[in-house]
Amino acid sequence: MQIQENMANLHVQIGNLSLKNPVMTASGTFGYGLEFADLVDLNRLGGFVVKGTTLQPRQGNDYPRMAESAAGMLNCVGLQNKGVEYFATHIYPQLVDIDSNVIVNVSGSAPENYAECAARVNSLEHIPAIELNISCPNVKDGGMAFGTSCEGAASVVRAVRKVYDKTLIVKLSPNVTDIASIARAVEAEGADAVSLINTLMGMSVDIERRCSRLSIGTGGLSGPCVKPVALRMVSQVAKAVKIPVIGLGGISNATDALEFMMLGATAIQIGTANFVDPTVTMKVIDGMNAWLDAHGVKDVNEIIGCIR
Amino acid sequence: MKKYLTDLVVKRVEFLRDDYVLISLSDPSGRMPECLPGQFVQLAVEGEPKVMLRRPISINWCDVEANRLDVLIHLVGPGTTALSRLREGETVSTLFPLGNGFTLHNGGDILLVGGGVGTAPMLQYGKVLREMGARPHFLLGGRSAKDLLQLDRFKALGEVSVTTEDATLGERGFVTQHSILAAKRFDAVAACGPKPMMRAVALWARDAGVPCEVSLENMMACGLGACLCCVEKTVRGNVCVCTEGPVFPTTELTWF
Repeated sequence: MQIQENMANLHVQIGNLSLKNPVMTASGTFGYGLEFADLVDLNRLGGFVVKGTTLQPRQGNDYPRMAESAAGMLNCVGLQNKGVEYFATHIYPQLVDIDSNVIVNVSGSAPENYAECAARVNSLEHIPAIELNISCPNVKDGGMAFGTSCEGAASVVRAVRKVYDKTLIVKLSPNVTDIASIARAVEAEGADAVSLINTLMGMSVDIERRCSRLSIGTGGLSGPCVKPVALRMVSQVAKAVKIPVIGLGGISNATDALEFMMLGATAIQIGTANFVDPTVTMKVIDGMNAWLDAHGVKDVNEIIGCIR
Repeated sequence: MKKYLTDLVVKRVEFLRDDYVLISLSDPSGRMPECLPGQFVQLAVEGEPKVMLRRPISINWCDVEANRLDVLIHLVGPGTTALSRLREGETVSTLFPLGNGFTLHNGGDILLVGGGVGTAPMLQYGKVLREMGARPHFLLGGRSAKDLLQLDRFKALGEVSVTTEDATLGERGFVTQHSILAAKRFDAVAACGPKPMMRAVALWARDAGVPCEVSLENMMACGLGACLCCVEKTVRGNVCVCTEGPVFPTTELTWF
């Protein structure tokens, strides 16, 4: 493990979840962490969210699943994963010795199977939190269908809260008219934190072949191009709820991360930037440290929500 | 294999044609990590606002002792065009070596089929096969003579057969129409190039009873098996080309 010469305190708290620093990775962009182990000291991360996990295995959508766009990319992976049982028996044992918070992103097609999947993860001692994905834009059944109405979002959180007693984070969709009302709805059902934003629904067109570049026509937009939208939504939600907010959307350096935190995010997640620079998380931690030192800030918590 | 993220130094930039550039890279540590034939690198693209993601490029030549790694880049869009503007002495952030690589045979007659920029990994593969005691035979196809690059270097490693669609070099037609396929018996075949070409080679190999591997170039983002964008349908379901491939035995694919 690398020695960190922190001047400032970087520790933040999300419900019962204690993070050694505010830097996490976003689901679906960091695999199970192990894929990055040659390049990143996983123990240095505040936490990492493993890829979307469902009760049953899912093959995901057909290829092609991605298209690059200016300062961003679209994907329509569609929650490909081997199911929660495979995760528990094959992946989880490889993660238990990592000195970081390993968080499982849980998805489903009905409140019941969200809950069943969450209950299985609840039994895994070294998983201190789940992130409930009610915002995937790339699956027909479930996903974003729940995250775009207060009733839908509340129904999933209610079902999961009954069977899950550790830290429950709910990941919100930006594809809504009023994200603050959705945040309040999940807070009322007992969510411990919200994370936002998931990807923005978009399209990409190939004019030579006269078709969409994505197999299902639409995809989720991520990368630096979504950051201003994400900042606005984080600001709105931070003002609307009392639970901690985890900010994400286009973060690719420490400055981006600090922008989210000043608007009220207690922690941040790095997503698409991991594809561009797999070591970006380490640079963000170092950069955050350096900025706090340079500005004489002794505790990162002092800057959280400093912009009203 | 351990993966590295290194700012490799550009040693030489040579345009083999208007739209093909050969770039030689060296590791500033003085020693290039071992790369297997068929593996690829992910090169970061700087200074091109339209491009965010790295570009996956196959390894054309790797010489650990000489601290040299060559990539042959076909300029097909803003990313590859930006890479072609690299100059000697500059660095390029390189994530490598990625993917699995071709089967290493220590004997026998191995047919290596390449089309377009798909010829690039066959040079390194041929070099390694020869070092291991196998006999590489190259079958290279293009539309026209000008499409066939690095022929002298292929000839230094083994027999070279060529097809062109306009008969400006070698036999007329597609690679699968070349007379060598009927004239000679091969122990294994590997192909890299446009998908229709690889499918045709795979069909020929199946009918001839020769084990066949193909190298796929599905679009990808991360190159590390995290984004799940580059998947190919296989008998095991959707798998990442970047980590489970790019080389697949055709028996694993659902092509026929």
